[in-house]
This record gives sequence, C-alpha cells and structure tokens, in this order.
Amino acid sequence: MRELRDDFPILRDRSLHYLDTAATSQHPECVLDAVRNYYETANANPHRGVYELAQRATDASDEARAAAARFLGCDDRELVFTRNATESINLVAYTWGRVNVAAGDEIAVYVAEHHSNMVPWQRLALEKGAAVRYMYPDEHGRLTEAELRRVINEKTRLVALAQVSNVLGLLAPVEKAIELAHQVGAVVMLDCAQSAPHMPLNLHELGCDFAALSGHKLYAPMGIGLLYGRFELLDAMPPFLSGGDMISSVHEYGAAWADVPRKFEAGTVDVGGQVGLRAAIEYMEKLGWEAITKHEAHLMELCLEGMAAIPGITVYGDADPRERYGVISFNVEDVHPHDVASILDADGVCIRAGHHCAQPLMDRLGIGRCCRASFGVYNTEEDVRSFLGSLKNVRSFMGYGS
Amino acid sequence: MDLRAIYNQVITENSRSKEHRHPVEGCTCSLEGVNPSCGDDITLQLRVKDGVIEDAGFLGAGCAISQASASLMIDLLKGRTVEEAKRLIDTFFKMIKGEISPEELEELEDAAALQGIAHTPARVKCAVLAWHTMEEALDK
Ligand SMILES: Cc1ncc(COP(=O)(O)O)c(C=O)c1O
Ligand SMILES: [Zn+2]
Repeated sequence: MRELRDDFPILRDRSLHYLDTAATSQHPECVLDAVRNYYETANANPHRGVYELAQRATDASDEARAAAARFLGCDDRELVFTRNATESINLVAYTWGRVNVAAGDEIAVYVAEHHSNMVPWQRLALEKGAAVRYMYPDEHGRLTEAELRRVINEKTRLVALAQVSNVLGLLAPVEKAIELAHQVGAVVMLDCAQSAPHMPLNLHELGCDFAALSGHKLYAPMGIGLLYGRFELLDAMPPFLSGGDMISSVHEYGAAWADVPRKFEAGTVDVGGQVGLRAAIEYMEKLGWEAITKHEAHLMELCLEGMAAIPGITVYGDADPRERYGVISFNVEDVHPHDVASILDADGVCIRAGHHCAQPLMDRLGIGRCCRASFGVYNTEEDVRSFLGSLKNVRSFMGYGS
Repeated sequence: MDLRAIYNQVITENSRSKEHRHPVEGCTCSLEGVNPSCGDDITLQLRVKDGVIEDAGFLGAGCAISQASASLMIDLLKGRTVEEAKRLIDTFFKMIKGEISPEELEELEDAAALQGIAHTPARVKCAVLAWHTMEEALDK
C-alpha cells in the first residue's frame, strides 16, 4: 500500500509516531473536508424543514446511513446513529434490557470486555435481580468454545462480547457465541469498536442481534457512533430518549413513535459527524480491505518480532500475529506503564498506558495496568522502528540493567 | 521535551529506594492516597507525638514519580514538627506551580529534584500525591 501519512494532516509532522489508534484514530483530509463542506453547503435541521436546503441536510444524513449499512452488511433501517459505542450499548441496556431481562435471568459477559460493554449489564442486572456471569480467557488470552458452553445456558438472556478485545487484540469466537446464544433463545450484543477498523464486517451473515461501534476509532469524527439492531428487535423495543424527531405524533395525553431507526434518534442529531463517518467509510473502501489488512498484519508481525527481541518485555495474550488485530498490550519489567509512556513520548512515540477501561481483565491478568501500542492504516515501518528503538532504552534509562 | 529534567538521577534512584517503604510501628495515622490517572496508590503511615513527626513510612505501588516523591517527602519531613512540615508542603506546592524563590527551593533539599514536573501537566498528579496525602493526614 502507498504511504498514507500525508492523507492525514496531523501526521504530516514526521516527528510524531502515533500508536494509539485503539483509543482514537486520526482523520484523513477528505473526512475533515466533508464535514466542512456539509456546514458550508448543506447545513439545516434535517427532517424539519420543507425548503430545499433542509432537504440537502436530510439527504446528507440518509446517504450517510446508507453508506454505513453497505459497509456493515445490513439494512439502513437497522442502523441507529448514536454518539459512540458506549451510548449504543446503553441504548440496548435501557430499552431491550428493561423489557427482556427479569429476576433470575442471566447475562453472560466476557471478562475482557471494555467497561462500556460490562457496566451497563451490571447495572441492569442489579436493577432487575438478574445475574451477570463472566466468561474467562484461557492461559493464551483466548475465549474458548468450552468456556462459552460453561456459561451460556437456558437462563441466559444476553451475551455481551467484543469481537476484538481492546487489550488483548485477539479475535473472539463470535460465530460460536452467536450459535450457542441463539440455541438458548438469548441475544448477542457484539462490541465492534475495535474490530470494525481492522476487518470487513457483514452483520447479516454473522447473524448477531446487536452491534455497537464508534466512528472516532474508524477515522471519523468524535461524537458519532452506530448501533446495529436486527429489525424485529429494534421494532419491538421501546424508545430510549424521547422528545423531538423520535415521534410520529404527540397529543396532550400521549405520543406515537416514529419508525425504526428514528424512534431512537431523539433531538437534533450530528449530521456533520454522520457526513464525516460516510467520508471515512468511503476512504476505507477506496483503500480496500485487502490492502488494509495486509498492511496492518505486516506492521503487527514486525512489531511483535521486534518486541520479542527486547529483554524484559511481556506481551499479553497470544503473541501470534495472525489472529491479532490492531493492538499489542505489554509491560516492561520493573517500570510502571506511565513511566514507559512518558519515556516514549520524549521520542514522539504516542502509546497508551493505564487500565484501558478493562479493570476486571487487568485483575485477571494480575497486572493492574499495562502499556498498549495500536495501529491504523497510516502507520509505517518507521513508526514501528521508532517505537522499538525507544522501548529498547526504557529499562536502562530508569536505571535497571537490561 | 528534556526527559532527564523529569527522570533525573535523584528521582530514578529514589523510585527504587526501600528506605521509607515500610509500615510504621505504633502509627497514629494511616491514610491512603490514590491518583486515578496512573493508578498510583500509596498508604502513608505516621507516628506523631507532641506535635512532632517521629516516624513515617509508606506502602503501595505506582509510577516512578509518585514513588520517588513519597520517598523524598519522608526524607524531608521526618523528625520535623507538624507546623514546619505544613510549611514545607506549601513550599513544595509553590514549586510545582512554578512560584518558588531560590531560597525556598533550597529548603526542599532533594525534593527540589521534582521541580521539572511542573512543565509536564500529565504527571503533576503523580508528584503531588504523597504531599497531598501528608497534608490531609496532618490535619486529622
Ligand atoms: C472494545 C471497546 N468497546 C467500547 C469502547 C468505547 O468506545 P467509546 O468511548 O467511543 O464509546 C472502546 C473504546 O475505548 C473499546 O475499545
Ligand atoms: Zn503516576
């Protein structure tokens, strides 16, 4: 693949080695231009005006939804615009969850979930007198079929699972999870926040019930996200937020809801963000999945290989680059992750340090915190070399023999 | 960024020091301080008698800066009166805010090695954790 750095204005600064795409991605110029162009040529309150300009805003919103549906392999009406993956998951917990989970029921949650696919289920369970039951990774950081079978049972109402963990970077056996969940009449809430940027998705083929993702990890602006829900499910669910735009009619003593998906989009939505999301999707489609996956797999392999050669580094989860997407979490012996991140920062290398919003997983790994390097389409071999070069010096810099 | 302004020799050495890393016998006050940004978590133990900090130690874990800072603080404040300690804590905060005179800086002894942190906002919380915890403990 051609080098993409120059497509991204922020990365034209060659001293910057941005390896924190899993937290949020950078944006290509075409996305920034699309947002600007929308506000310069098409901005009005969508769905609320009869004049021509308002129609342009409505069209921009509809076209963005259509682009996302094509990208994810589902129907337009099955996609709800939200602010981010967190809001998407909460929407399901507050609406589907409120009417479908009762005392004695169980919610199966992978312990490696991001807090956003865990805490809403804890709260729902508490409210309803249901139980959260955790699934655990094996010693290689993998979720096995046996573990799925151990936890998913007749009482399970929902299975919460990230397709790719934001810490371990490993692909979960989602097809198996969906099959087992459906066998017992449960639904699956798939968190695609970390998978959607790195692999093609086809939600209909996959057969999941709900899926959540965030635009800002996908080269789109912050503040725009998506919830996918199977039409029958969305159609049967009560609304989430209520007010303008989500109704078909309102009387003094009641209201009727708009059709799916607008039933779930109360108030004026972020059309600028939607337009940016569409531009980001089209940018990725133009690059093509084959080129993206090949490039990212190459960087992953290069990086893991280089890390294995540095003494005192522990990588979490199976270090096989073939089933790892986007992220490498690790620790440097004796050195706190925040010190590692500060030391790398001095060389312009941006990595994340902390608990990565996955504290129960950190507890399981017995570490509390770790460092994480993550990739996007714009990263280069030079970024990986700078990271490795900087990482090599961390221990001696802090006064430890290597 | 000049990394050695933050991770100078005093700091890296003190971050590894075990000298004050112990529970305090007959401790009169034990207080936990947490910095959620790094997950730095220290428990400060003091034995205060007749207005004097007779002994002090800390337990817990965190980044090099938080650990070095706790160690340097105890070096400076152990054996002092509560009143003096409070004044030095204020002086330390002045240094972090970049409002300190050369004379005051000298009073902080080795803890002056943390001065460089003032220019790294992301890590200031690590440097002040032990000092805030001490301040709170002395007010109890
Ligand atoms: C796997 C996973 N799920 C959910 C989220 C939450 O995303 P957001 O903060 O955009 O809602 C993240 C982001 O960190 C993530 O990595
Ligand atoms: Zn710290």
